[in-house]
Formats: sequence, C-alpha cells, structure tokens
Amino acid sequence: MNDTLKRIFDSDLWYSFKRHPLVIVAAILSLICILGAVFAPILAPHNPFDLKTLNLLDAFTPPAWTAAGKGQFFLGTDDQGRDVLSTIMYGSRVSLTVGICAVALSMVIGITLGLISGYVGGALDSFIMRVADVQLSFPAILIALLIDGVARVVIGKDGHDEVAVYVLIFAIAASGWVQYARTVRGSTLVERNKEYVQAARVIGRKPLAIMFSHVLPNVMGPVFVLATLHVGAAIITEATLSFLGVGVPPTQPSLGTLIRIGNDFLFSGEWWITVFPGIMLVILVLSINIIGDWLRDALNPKLR
Amino acid sequence: MKNSNVLLEVRDVAREFDVSKPWLNRVIEGQPKSILKAVDGVSFTINRGETLSLVGESGCGKSTIARVVCGLYAPSRGSVVFDGVDMAKASVNEQQQLRKRFQMIFQDPYASLNPRWRVGKIIAEPLISHGIMTDKVEIKKRVDQLLTQVGLSPLDQEKFPHEFSGGQRQRISIARALSSNPEFLVCDEPTSALDVSVQAQILNLMKDLQREFGLTYLFISHNLAVVSHISTRVGVMYLGRLVEMADTKTIFNRPLHPYTQMLLSAIPDLKMTGKQRTPVAGEVPNPLNPPSGCTFHPRCPYANDRCKSEAPKMIVADDGSMVSCHAVEEKRIPIRLAA
Repeated sequence: MNDTLKRIFDSDLWYSFKRHPLVIVAAILSLICILGAVFAPILAPHNPFDLKTLNLLDAFTPPAWTAAGKGQFFLGTDDQGRDVLSTIMYGSRVSLTVGICAVALSMVIGITLGLISGYVGGALDSFIMRVADVQLSFPAILIALLIDGVARVVIGKDGHDEVAVYVLIFAIAASGWVQYARTVRGSTLVERNKEYVQAARVIGRKPLAIMFSHVLPNVMGPVFVLATLHVGAAIITEATLSFLGVGVPPTQPSLGTLIRIGNDFLFSGEWWITVFPGIMLVILVLSINIIGDWLRDALNPKLR
Repeated sequence: MKNSNVLLEVRDVAREFDVSKPWLNRVIEGQPKSILKAVDGVSFTINRGETLSLVGESGCGKSTIARVVCGLYAPSRGSVVFDGVDMAKASVNEQQQLRKRFQMIFQDPYASLNPRWRVGKIIAEPLISHGIMTDKVEIKKRVDQLLTQVGLSPLDQEKFPHEFSGGQRQRISIARALSSNPEFLVCDEPTSALDVSVQAQILNLMKDLQREFGLTYLFISHNLAVVSHISTRVGVMYLGRLVEMADTKTIFNRPLHPYTQMLLSAIPDLKMTGKQRTPVAGEVPNPLNPPSGCTFHPRCPYANDRCKSEAPKMIVADDGSMVSCHAVEEKRIPIRLAA
C-alpha cells in the first residue's frame, strides 16, 4: 500500500498535477460534489424523499440570505417544501450514478467490440465499424430518446418508474460506445502487429487471452482520458433527458429533473429552485471536463 | 522418408500476400488483384542440433519463412513438417504439444516484450500457457534459473522491460523462449537491432545455450559475418526462392551461385583494402512483378537467353549442397575460391 502511494507521488502525472492550479481546484470541487453525493443521507439537512418531514407551508421559501428566507433552508425550498440544498445533494447522487454507470457500460461494450474489431479484422471488423458509422450519424440524444421511448412502451408506465434509472443508463451507454470502439480499434491495429503479440501467438495463447491480457493494457491510456470526458457528457445527456421529462421520475429527481421542475417557476420569481441545481450541474461537469482535458495533455507524450 | 535426424522439414513452401487495393477501387480503376509472392517454393531440412541460416537482401522472404515455420502465417502451398508431424494436418491437441517444442526470438527487442508486463511474468508466460507449471513458487524458481542462464540477475524479474538496454532485453527474450524447454528456436534477425559489441555477446550466449541444451536453430540474418560465426549450414535466398544452400565452410570458401558470390564479395574485409571488388549491381526487382526465367538474370553477369526464359531447378551435389543456376549447371562460371 505504501509502495503504491509512493509510486503515485513519484509519477510524472502527480508532478504535472501539482503544476496545474486550475486542475487542483477542479479536482477539489469534483471531490466535494462526489463526497456530498455519496454521503448525502448523512450530510443533507433533510431527506427530501421522506414525505413525513415535508411541510407544504414551507414551499417556495427563498434562500436564507434573503429577507423572507429561513435559516433551516439555506438555498430555499421548492414547490413541495423540499430543501433545495438537500435535493441537490440527492439529485447529484442520481446524476453521478447514471453518468458513471453509463460510461462504465459503454466502456465495456466499446472496448470489447473495438478489441475484437481491431484484432480479428476482416469482415467482422467492417461490420462493426459500419454499425458504428451508422450510429455516429445520429445525435446521441436522439438514440437515447429512442431507447427510452421503446422501453416505456414495452415495460409500461407503472413498471417504468422502477427501472427508469437502468433504462437511462443503458440508453446513454448505447449512444456512447462508438467512441471507445473506434479509439480501441485504432490502437489495437497498431499493437497487434507488434512483436510481443506475435510472440504470444507463437507461445500458443488463444486470441481472446492475447486481446485481453496483452493488447488491452496497452490501449487503455486514451480510453481513460475519453472516459473522464465522457462522464461529464453523460451527466449532461442525463440532465437533458430528465429536463425533457423522459429521464428519471420526479420521485427520485436528478439534477436535470430539478432544473425542469424549477423551470416552471422561473418566471414567477422563484429563481432559486432552478438556478442552484443548474449551478451545481455546471460546476460538476466543468470540473470533470477540466480534469479530463488535463489528463489528455498530461498523458500525451508529444506534449510533454 | 522419415529421417530421425531431421527435426524440421520445409517442403515446397510458398506464401502469397494479397496486396491489392480495396475491391471498389479495383472495380473502378479496372485493375486485377495484385498478389505478392513473398516465398515461392522453398524446401530445406534442418537436422537436430545444427544451425541453419537463411541470408538474403531485404524483402527476399527470409522473415516470412521464419513466420511460416512458427505458424504465424499459414503457408499458401507446401507443408512444414516438425519431427515427422505435418503442422497443417496436426490436431489442435498435437499442435499445442508441438508449440511447446519450438519458440521464436524476434528482431526488435523493444517491441517483442509487452511494455506493461513485469519481466517475471513475461518469462513465465510459456510455462503458464502450456500448463508446464502451476505452482507460483516453482515458477519463480524456474524464472530465477532462466534469468541466471542468460546472464541477468534473478532480482530483475520485478522490473519492467523499459528498465533494460537492448541487449538485456534480447536476453529476456531468449529466457522467455527457453522457458518451455524447446528443442528448436527460430531466430528472426535477433542481433540486427543491437550494437556490434552486444551482438557478439548475444551470439556467444546463443552458442553456449545450443551446446548446453542441444538446441536447433533456424537463424535469419542479413549479416554474413554473424552467419559465418554461428551457422552449420547456410541458405541464400533471392526474391522468395532459395538459390544456394551448403555448409558454412563450403559456401564461404567456394560460392557457386553468382548471387552468393556477389554477396560474399561485398563483405568488408581488411585484406581487400584497395582492391577492386565486384559490387552487388542493380536493385532487387519488384516482387509483385518478378523477372521471367531465373529471377536473378537482370543482375547476373553470366545470364544468357536460357536464364531469361527458363527457371533453373535445384541441383543437389553429392555433399548435400544445393544450387539453382543454369550457369553453374553448364559450367559457365569460373569457380572462385575465396581469397
């Protein structure tokens, strides 16, 4: 354990990290967001899902620092009297879960298909890459909308609310795998002709074993960068879908749902209901993207 | 025909590569498929415990032969027979058994080791893959032993390949190749990426190992000095064909084929300082469109009309040396003894 820590602090990456103040700020911000989301049940002042603690008389309380504000609702309350700060913490929980799970799923799909495509080649490669091309010609949000729509019809309204999060994860993952597949395929084409892969073939390793134990570790660099940037994009996609009303149900709102709910009251003066979740979304995605950008530059040997 | 002394027999092996443009381009431009014959009808045998070297200019198909022998490429024609078993006809099980008995050493020591794997894991890969050993302690002991054999320290197995120099990496490569106790090693230009001083170390190591374990080598090289140092027999290749094959002594002292003579006279030699030498004239023709008849005739000083139209057959002499040349057959070439 000590060894691993030492290796991390000795690495070029850590050196580069220390020299980029903006990245440090972004890392701290996203860490706060993630910790706040993970420990929401402990940290949040209220549980917005516990209907017993809600009081409709508290509805539309403005933030604490305004004249009409109440101390116990720091960022004010929404139309149902839910504390906005708490809903944001619980909401980013949903957003982060969907974002990270969707990225993980599309990584698994994309890496597997990319490896097979690049290593096996031939007709299979052409087939997978043509499917990827076709998919690239649709906007990601359209594919996610389509999958969500189909799921609604197949599962039905009642069952849908329970599986909404999984459908959302799948929909976002299905629209994002192409980038991983292409990146991995490109690197695999380079790696599979290297002599260490041929050596493994002479030894008699099976193609799958070569793909996953030899080629995969050598193509993961760009994939990690892509994944970091993609988490931000997936959170935005989730927020967009939820904003459009096809995402997670209002009973377990994500940041996008919160923004949509608040949007209805924006013009009647209750700005805090939509603005704070919006700011939270911007901070979260921006800091993740800054980290991703830095990672891309730091891991690129040509820019060192 | 099965000779117990013969370990590997290559019978009339050819390997073609389809280098044509994509189908749509071909249709639009009205071009036929273009097939590159990298190796075209090569036959030879390797006896147990000997080192057969294949030499030739770049692109003559020597590395392709090495890869066909190792099973990295399937031959387009002909067969590779290892210890009496035809590799193409062997069952999957038999092939696995055979794979244990041969290994390959590659040209580029910077590319032939997986950069993300520790040396210990790299060397142990054949052991684990062939199921020779499963016990971790036993494997570590074997890796220690292998590293010592190739002149490295057992402590090196915790390191990554990038922590080693080219020569040390080639030693790791050799250790990996030896780990499954093979009888036969295919070495594809194992020294051409190394410094001259390191080349000698690696060659001596390979010779020592050969003596110790009774290894058989198929040695691919374009460096004649290296070849004369290590080989028992030498085969000279030109444009995918074997043009001459004989004992090392015979080929260096009394080269028959005009191409061999050209190659040998191109070796830098102190004794030749100031003297006129026959340069290796001309360039290797395009293998996509090889010359008619004997493929060497455009560069051959002895070529006549027969050479231009008729491909020469292999002539086997009493001592087992082979040459394929009309001029040698018709005794048109003055036999040149090396100075």
